[in-house]
Amino acid sequence: MSATILFTIISLSAIGAVAAIILYFVAQKFKVYEDPRIDQVEELLPAANCGGCGFAGCRAFAEAMVKADVLSDYYCPVGGNEAMTAIADVLGKSVEAKDPLVAVVRCSGSPAHRERVNSYDGAASCAISSSLYSGETGCQYGCLGLGDCVDVCDFDAIYMDEETGLPIVVDDNCTACGACVKACPNDIIELRKKNKKDRKIFVSCVNHDKGGVAKKACSVACIGCSKCVKVCPFDAITMDNFLAYIDPNKCKLCRKCVTECPTGAILEINFPERKVKTEETAKKPVEKAENKEQDNN
Amino acid sequence: MNKLFISPSPHVYEDTSVKRLMFDVVIALLPALAFSIYFFGMGAIIVTLTAVISCVAFEWLIQKFILKQEPSISDGSAILTGLLLAFNIPTNLPIWIIIIGSLVAIGIGKMSFGGLGNNPFNPALVGRVFMLISFPVQMTSWPVPTGFSNRYTDAVTGATPLGVMKEGLSAGKPVSELMSNIPSHMELFYGHMGGSMGEIAALALLIGFAYMLFRKVIKCHIPVAIFTTIIAFTGILWLINPESNADPLFHLLTGGVMLGAIYMATDYVTSPMSVKGMWIYGIGIGVITVAIRVFGAYPEGISFAILIMNAFVPLINMYVKPKRFGEEVKDGQ
Amino acid sequence: MLKTFPKGGVHPEEGKYSANSAIATLPLPKTVSIPIAQHIGAPSKPVVKKGDKVKVGDKIAESAGFVSANIHSSVSGTVVKVDNVLDSTGYKRPCVIIDVEGDDWNENIDKTEDLKKEISLTDKEILNKINESGIVGLGGATFPSHVKLSVPDGKKIDVLIINGVECEPYLTSDHRLMLEKAEEMLVGIQILMKALSVNSALIGIENNKPDAIEHLTALVKDYPGIEVHPLKVQYPQGGEKQLIKALINREVPSGGLPLDVGAVVHNVGTAYAVYEAVQKNKPLIERVVTLTGKSVQKPSNFMVRIGTPVNDLIEAAGGLPEDTGKVINGGPMMGKALNSLDVPVVKGTSGILIMPAELSKRKEESNCIRCAKCVSVCPQGLEPYLLNRLAQLEKNDKLETGGVMDCIECGSCAYTCPAGLPLLDYIRLGKSRVSQIIRSRKQ
Repeated sequence: MSATILFTIISLSAIGAVAAIILYFVAQKFKVYEDPRIDQVEELLPAANCGGCGFAGCRAFAEAMVKADVLSDYYCPVGGNEAMTAIADVLGKSVEAKDPLVAVVRCSGSPAHRERVNSYDGAASCAISSSLYSGETGCQYGCLGLGDCVDVCDFDAIYMDEETGLPIVVDDNCTACGACVKACPNDIIELRKKNKKDRKIFVSCVNHDKGGVAKKACSVACIGCSKCVKVCPFDAITMDNFLAYIDPNKCKLCRKCVTECPTGAILEINFPERKVKTEETAKKPVEKAENKEQDNN
Repeated sequence: MNKLFISPSPHVYEDTSVKRLMFDVVIALLPALAFSIYFFGMGAIIVTLTAVISCVAFEWLIQKFILKQEPSISDGSAILTGLLLAFNIPTNLPIWIIIIGSLVAIGIGKMSFGGLGNNPFNPALVGRVFMLISFPVQMTSWPVPTGFSNRYTDAVTGATPLGVMKEGLSAGKPVSELMSNIPSHMELFYGHMGGSMGEIAALALLIGFAYMLFRKVIKCHIPVAIFTTIIAFTGILWLINPESNADPLFHLLTGGVMLGAIYMATDYVTSPMSVKGMWIYGIGIGVITVAIRVFGAYPEGISFAILIMNAFVPLINMYVKPKRFGEEVKDGQ
Repeated sequence: MLKTFPKGGVHPEEGKYSANSAIATLPLPKTVSIPIAQHIGAPSKPVVKKGDKVKVGDKIAESAGFVSANIHSSVSGTVVKVDNVLDSTGYKRPCVIIDVEGDDWNENIDKTEDLKKEISLTDKEILNKINESGIVGLGGATFPSHVKLSVPDGKKIDVLIINGVECEPYLTSDHRLMLEKAEEMLVGIQILMKALSVNSALIGIENNKPDAIEHLTALVKDYPGIEVHPLKVQYPQGGEKQLIKALINREVPSGGLPLDVGAVVHNVGTAYAVYEAVQKNKPLIERVVTLTGKSVQKPSNFMVRIGTPVNDLIEAAGGLPEDTGKVINGGPMMGKALNSLDVPVVKGTSGILIMPAELSKRKEESNCIRCAKCVSVCPQGLEPYLLNRLAQLEKNDKLETGGVMDCIECGSCAYTCPAGLPLLDYIRLGKSRVSQIIRSRKQ
């Protein structure tokens, strides 16, 4: 009996030793030199592997940055300026601070405002629905409500509101990686500057139809009346094909356009309560969105 | 006007569902269940009820309290697992062992992988093999099929034909002598032998097979591949030396070959997707079964054979693809 | 043994309610809206403007390239506007809208019903005529016919296949055409044979139309080279690749076209349109449309002017049934659900199917149980369960190697799936992604 045990131990140890020696030489022979800074840079990245930088994962991004001469084209939206400065220190290069961004959903077409005219019964995917037809409502531009943006978000930063059927961004979780922007077939989601206290003003509509058509399909659509363009003191608002757009870089958050908009298509979010009461109709949808947003924060 | 429904094509569907497929298999198992009750009496009823009820209960509990899903026991898959588990155990098995076996079958064999459709191994066989290894004594004491008067746990027990054969051959006795202690082929065909509850009646199992083929529940490829392989393999051995190897028909009719090939190996979830794959899978099961029976330590090996081949299914699915339309022409050019 | 394709296929309930109702001519509509993109390829360029007077058969939009087709006015009247109008997908597409005034035909068109058998034109002239008349594949694919008839150098065509299969359940427009316009259609086939310079034409008809098979078999004796072949009732028998395999046992290579195996396939409706264009000088301005459904009062076949609103057809068949849940443009297997009944009938509209509400909803989805039914019914030998999963995970490279581009979107997999999974929805999505990738790779 003891002889069996002894033989087993000896033979197994011998096999182990031989294998170890072979492995050692093979490892030596096939050793690939890797810049140690890649590991250092990777350490500093958030390891979210979200692809928000445009590379396939954090390591690929780190490799690209180590090779690059200047870092101006590289930015990790998840790590933000903090991570980028730390990486620049490691690589002995410099970076400029960028404004942090956040995703906003530019559609307020809840069933209350935008009537459903048919019912979609296919696979629950916006991509499939949009390739089939214009959607359940009369508006061919707005949110389809099937949640492709929610499916792609790695950070739990977006969810579907059950009542409105629209996606809601959780500002604190959003890293502006842009996955939802790419996933949305109707290009409703936009990355906008994250202002102080997460305040933002934007046109919550992407409908390019003429006023009457847009209004018929959805009561909170932008009808292209250009009132906001005229009232804006900073020339931040442009009108393109019956749709207003507020340039986040020019907008100074004065909120004049919000009260001017006849349909309430322009939203103000995370602002303190106004002192002067405005018209009921204009205020309604705004309040709604405001409350939602505060619930999340 | 009502709101119109909009969906991508197709707009019509075959009148079928997972539930219906599951219950078709259950229906196909009923003749065999009737034979078992006829031969084993009360024991068969108690074992079947225990296994089915505990499988369904465990699935419901796990989905409700551990996975927090909407319980899906109404699809009939747990009933089927319970029934197949009962078919795979002796009718004098104590209730507590059956309950443990059901827990293993449903809990480990199925739900731990994510429920119906995701399990790599046949849940009922996982339960059976677990019990066979954990409780070898209870799992291999077979009641003698004396009829409906048979009692439950204190039934008279005897060996299975395969057990008799295995023991006899290893003791050096010739087949012709052993055959006299074994029921005739005809008796084996309609199930007058010791064994697990549902495996004995080849006739009833074949009736169920015909029903499933008629209802297009399964394709015939896997069972046919298994039968052919077993006949060919044991046939060769038998022709080489008929005194130390039993004849092919004996191998086909004894043990769990019928039950395993028709009902366990064809389990949708754990069998290959392409016809070519089904042949490979069936041949593999046949070869391993005979190898275990003839050269291994166990008298019966189909449950192990199926589980082993289950493990190969993902590999088969990856490398064995159906022939594509227009594929060969392309290669030829 | 009836001929059929070797692998896969399903047999949905046939539901050919309108098989016995003769083709009726629909009264002229008040206005027609004729989309300028009714075919595969480049949308045509409108050549009329607001206020123009047009006659029946006048060209209103011009082919914009080789793979494109002319469009002719189907009515006489005044052009109201050329504008973007909601089409069957709910998106806006450019349309020519014409107010109907009387029924004044272009004088070049021979309006008589007489059968004209002699083919006086040469093959080049035939091709030009077909191109000029705006004929596209009327089986539903709407591929411009002259493109199919222009055989590239180095390819040899030896057989013309005529698709009279009509494998889509419910639809009967081709069936009625084969019964009522058989001689015209056979002359049309002869014209096509002449254009392609082939000596043999095979008509494939599914065996659920014994009257059409009998009728045509009796007639073809006078038409040398044309044969009628009954085929097994099995969907998708009318798929181009499946039909070629069934009739002449040649397999179109993956990614290839029928002309790679020396065959060209045309629909019976196209053959009839070719006859009218070549012998009667009549461009493609009307077609046979089946209006049917389980609860439709009078399931019918109509001869309809292109551009007529779908609503007019429904009214003529006894109105929209109370229990309507879905209106489909085309058959139940490959048709498109409509979200508005004001959309016009176009060249590719072979039928309008009205489904009762209880048959309109999809089955409830459950887990894939890997039953492999989708694999066994796929006529292209693909693995739908796998492609579905890969498309959901956006594994585009694996989708491509998995043969997603070979999918003919017949819907057999989704039809048969016991778990009610939307297999084809995702496969189609994956296919469009992969084809985008392939296109960008070529550039």
